[in-house]
Amino acid sequence: MAAGHPTVTRDSYVPRLSFRQTVGTGFLALCMAGTMVGIVFLAVLLTDVWRDGVGFLRWEFLEAFPSRFPERAGFQSALWGSLWLIATTAMLAFPIGVGAAIYLEEYAPRNFVTRAIQINISNLAGVPSIVFGLLGLQIFVRGTIGIGPSVGGGFGRSIIAGGATMALLILPIVIVAAQEAIKAVPPSLREASYGVGATRWQTVWHHVLPQAFPGILTGTILALSRAIGETAPLIMIGALTFVAFRPEDLLDPFTVMPIQIYNWVSRPQADFHDLAATGIIVLLFVLLSMNALAVFLRQWTGRRYGR
Amino acid sequence: MVGDTERTATQSGAGAGTATAGVTFQPQASEDDAPASPPAVEIRNVSLWYGSQQALGNVSLDIPRNRVTALIGPSGCGKSTLLRCMNRMNDLIDGVRIEGEVFIDGEDIYGAEVDPSDVRRVVGMVFQRPNPFPKSIYDNVAFGARINGYKGDMDGLVEESLRRAALWDEVKDDLKKSGLALSGGQQQRLCIARAIAVNPEIVLMDEPCSALDPIATQRIEDLMQDLASDYTIVVVTHNMQQAARVSHRTAFMLAGDDLVGRLIEFEDTDRIFLNPGDERTEQYITGRFG
Repeated sequence: MAAGHPTVTRDSYVPRLSFRQTVGTGFLALCMAGTMVGIVFLAVLLTDVWRDGVGFLRWEFLEAFPSRFPERAGFQSALWGSLWLIATTAMLAFPIGVGAAIYLEEYAPRNFVTRAIQINISNLAGVPSIVFGLLGLQIFVRGTIGIGPSVGGGFGRSIIAGGATMALLILPIVIVAAQEAIKAVPPSLREASYGVGATRWQTVWHHVLPQAFPGILTGTILALSRAIGETAPLIMIGALTFVAFRPEDLLDPFTVMPIQIYNWVSRPQADFHDLAATGIIVLLFVLLSMNALAVFLRQWTGRRYGR
Repeated sequence: MVGDTERTATQSGAGAGTATAGVTFQPQASEDDAPASPPAVEIRNVSLWYGSQQALGNVSLDIPRNRVTALIGPSGCGKSTLLRCMNRMNDLIDGVRIEGEVFIDGEDIYGAEVDPSDVRRVVGMVFQRPNPFPKSIYDNVAFGARINGYKGDMDGLVEESLRRAALWDEVKDDLKKSGLALSGGQQQRLCIARAIAVNPEIVLMDEPCSALDPIATQRIEDLMQDLASDYTIVVVTHNMQQAARVSHRTAFMLAGDDLVGRLIEFEDTDRIFLNPGDERTEQYITGRFG
């Protein structure tokens, strides 16, 4: 043949094209089925929750505090507790996580110690949240190491203790996400900066961080979305189930949405179950808003001068 | 290429001396009457290792001031590595070890008290792929000046740098535009403007045209010739015609079976291309390998 293979002829190939196409179609069907299972179950769940919860979905639900009477019970303390907690968590986890990521990616030498740290961070991301709750109870609530103003040197069952615990919980996720974002900054950009005499600090501050920022932000917000749905560590550190006031201060006791929902579900009266569904709607709304914010910030910060 | 023949004509016949690997070559007195100025860069017995693999073996050469010097050789011969030794860019790679000295203005840039950032201000660099910052054209040029504490008129500096890089007329109406919105050739000229905005003495160019089309390549080559009046230029190139067109002196490097890059010959460009002293140089420039 033209290519000059003495032993290869047209008959050496058996394309079986229609068989390959059939296999391809089957594979496509399998993948689509996988997607549909997820979507269908989510849709069923959402419609079920909506049907149960829509009855109580009014302003009063957001303004009222918990009550023995379902028609008077509300979500205010839980909603505000969650918002306070998330804000506190973000303010602690973001700077610490990004700082750790910058150190590991831009400064740390590649040796045994940093590799060990790296592996440990990845492992921490898989530690059950209740373990972090135990840690938070010991360190932040009871103050075994004496860092807080309350009795015994801890912060007590306060927002700051909860936020610090949550920050520890999501820190591995924030660090890994920020590391990935920093890693994705092309080396050519760093070279360009070093090439005009920039120091490491100037290179990181002026070029690496702005370029990595959308990715860091998205990772952090997704980690916070995980934190807002967490219950176990907060029960552990003693977040309350009945809070009849809105927290005003980092040292105030608090409750959060998932705990309030759990509390309502575990009551015998059917009305409280519907109330729980209403709470779930609010929780999902806050979650979706956070994810939308992540998408928006990514677009907005990535747009300027980006490709 | 216009104007190139002229220079080549005046230069032919200059240069004498033998070529042997590892020997230091003194720069030739140039044919214009200027007294021989001291070399811009003196490389002395530089060896370099990536981890346990040696990449440069005992390279010594003097880069002449205000000239274009080309580094040529087949892939993996260490020419880019040698170039990056001149502004300590290799420091950024983990596991690199360097021996020997590189003198710029009489100071060893690998000296203990030397800050690499300071070296890189004096020795600018243009890279293989155009890599403007994802910022405006203005900020691309101004960044280096800002971080180095430039106190003069920034607008003037940006304009002058862009003019010097033959880009001003194309971008003057929209300096706020992203540097990434320019064409490849314009981006590379922007990178040259960025490099000269910090007033370096030496500009290193690592295959600056390998990602460009022929017309953009010619503009960069013309620019190199222009810039040589004010700066010392060292260019790594895969393209032997380019080395012949733009450079005054050419260093030919080659890695043996041990993968260690060594300097084979460093001579006036005409001599390298017309009458090389080493048969390996001749084989390479006549296209018999590499």
